[in-house]
Amino acid sequence: MSFPWAREYTPTNGFMKFMDERLPLPRLVYNAVGAGYPVPRNLSYMWNFGVLAGFFLMLQIVTGIVLAMHYASNTEVAFATTEHIMRDVNWGWLIRYAHANGASFFFLVIYMHIFRGFYYSSYKAPREMVWLLGVVIFLLMMATAFMGYVLPWGQMSFWAAKVITGLFGAIPLIGEPLQVWLLGGYAPDNAALNRFFSLHFLLPFVIAGVVILHIWALHIPGSSNPTGVEVKKESDTLPFHPYYTAKDGFGLGVVLIIFMMFVFFMPNALGHPDNYIEANPLSTPALIVPEWYFYPFYAILRAFTFDFILPAKLWGVLAMFAAILIWFILPWLDKSPVRSGKYRPLFRIFFWILMLDMAALFYLGGAHAEEPYIMLSQIATAYYFLHFLVILPIISSIEKPDPLPYSITEAVLGSDDDAALNAKADSAA
Amino acid sequence: MIRLIAFLVGIGFAGVALISLIAGMGPAFSDLSNYGRFVKPTVEHEFHKSPKPIKFQHDGPFGTWDAAQLQRGYQVYKEVCSSCHSLKYVAFRDLEQLGYSPEEVKALAAEWTNIRDIDSDTGEAITRPGLPTDTFPAPYPNNVAAATANNGVAPPDLSLMTKARPNGTAYVNSLLTGYGPIPAELKEQFPEFSTPDGGHFNEYFPNLNLAMAPPLTLDGQVSYADGTEATIPQMAADVSAFLTWTAEPSLVERKQRGWPVVLFLLFATVLAYFAKKHVWSDTKPKKAD
Repeated sequence: MSFPWAREYTPTNGFMKFMDERLPLPRLVYNAVGAGYPVPRNLSYMWNFGVLAGFFLMLQIVTGIVLAMHYASNTEVAFATTEHIMRDVNWGWLIRYAHANGASFFFLVIYMHIFRGFYYSSYKAPREMVWLLGVVIFLLMMATAFMGYVLPWGQMSFWAAKVITGLFGAIPLIGEPLQVWLLGGYAPDNAALNRFFSLHFLLPFVIAGVVILHIWALHIPGSSNPTGVEVKKESDTLPFHPYYTAKDGFGLGVVLIIFMMFVFFMPNALGHPDNYIEANPLSTPALIVPEWYFYPFYAILRAFTFDFILPAKLWGVLAMFAAILIWFILPWLDKSPVRSGKYRPLFRIFFWILMLDMAALFYLGGAHAEEPYIMLSQIATAYYFLHFLVILPIISSIEKPDPLPYSITEAVLGSDDDAALNAKADSAA
Repeated sequence: MIRLIAFLVGIGFAGVALISLIAGMGPAFSDLSNYGRFVKPTVEHEFHKSPKPIKFQHDGPFGTWDAAQLQRGYQVYKEVCSSCHSLKYVAFRDLEQLGYSPEEVKALAAEWTNIRDIDSDTGEAITRPGLPTDTFPAPYPNNVAAATANNGVAPPDLSLMTKARPNGTAYVNSLLTGYGPIPAELKEQFPEFSTPDGGHFNEYFPNLNLAMAPPLTLDGQVSYADGTEATIPQMAADVSAFLTWTAEPSLVERKQRGWPVVLFLLFATVLAYFAKKHVWSDTKPKKAD
């Protein structure tokens, strides 16, 4: 589906004509990311991150497949094979550092993509399905990244596995048997490592499948845009190719430069030194932390310290999962008819408070579990839930939005002839 | 309906988080008024130091190995550290990177006479001299033996030590030169502090009580082949550099490969920028019409 003025694919030579009649793959590409896909003409660089996320998914799959050729998922040798990759495999250090930092950059661009969605309410009708599938992708990414982090079988790998699977133990009645079933034992060991490897290999392909659905769902209404005003006519759009291929190409270049600086000059900056110590079930690290991209949710998990009716640990687990699951109902919480934060003065203030709150949670999740960090993370956690579940629905009801431009054309060019005509008709009536 | 449920869930989670906050405030603020900070000051918090800054030729994005220093560091490892610490991920053949020729590496490997192997004729356990393909031999047959010989704490493998600690190279250097008597100031503030179980006071070790006895005790403990004066700081710096190499032999190659990649990407990105500008030039708003 697309806008009526979308250019139609016409095969230019005999072979393409042959293909088009039998397997119209070129037509699919043309209509998905080619000249046949009209896109709002006013997309900013904040709309670059979806393509970047796709790039990093591919990078993770390619580097991951090569790593899997040299890695062995057995607790006796997992750590040693990781070092074998670093030392003896040709270019192994590059592949592994690209994979480890690639995970970080994947999350970085995904967070930008999600926060873009918050600000411009990209989750609103008619794009709810795009948003829901996106949250599914994020959950799958978290599971994949967590299991991948366990594979090198370093100290942080082991203790992260122990802490995270221990969360399931907090569930009443079924918790402990569930935990044992997930791990294949009472503590992370060979059974757990092996199944984590198997799932870590499988899930990226599941993610790729959901990404296809995500893009499919996106192509029904087309992209949202910084004004939040829907596309009305051809002058509101530009063909994806060459306009957005060129724009995304430049954005990709900028991000790749930063990425390569990490890979080549500070590849361990985002990791934890403890993971260069082989897993030792008898020695607990001074501070057990996940990778940086889990910090906000780890901060929420640790914020609950008081047994209020339920045990504190269970509250933490529920809150941590709820922190992401509430994104699923976001389209039905924010009732404001205006999408873009640009025209929502009250919403905008609270959006930036949420960003500050997220920044605080990012910091607190990596801090020692001691005061004043615990108190700060309790305040930040409380705001996080109030923002989405209480503040957002209220402001969407009471807020008086700023006037919207008539069309994307007017927003970009400063005037729109149709808008002037309509205004004339209105005043005449 | 969905908003009402959301409202209740939101109030619920926020409320319980705030109840946790209120419950924790009492003890936290009483600590604050008692100690002037939120957490009771511990001896580790007050006296543990982060590593002394130290510069190496391999630092920075243009860093290269100082082969002479790595060779000296190897000598310190061999003559001092290797009696207790293994280096299991490093092979003798890797020493070629330190500037040794293949013949020299063969000779260096053969100096290690305690490689455990099995006699190919009789199947009996034997020890033999090292070959370039061997990895450095462990000084103890197993962890239990290592712990028993060292006051109950097995000396860790050193292959990855400088990557396994924050700011690891400086940490190793500081640790080796950081032994000393317990400062009077510490004894004043924490009279009950001691280094039990035959430990040694070291202000760069997280709990200040290091099981390892000072390994570098006198100047000239090692007679450097290149004639450098073997002071304790010199030996500590040399072996720290050597252990940086063992932790990541590809460190310098990595930095050198990085430059062409980044420069190429810079060039390509500048091109992409102008391509984007060119492609978009016909979409500029035209004020005239």
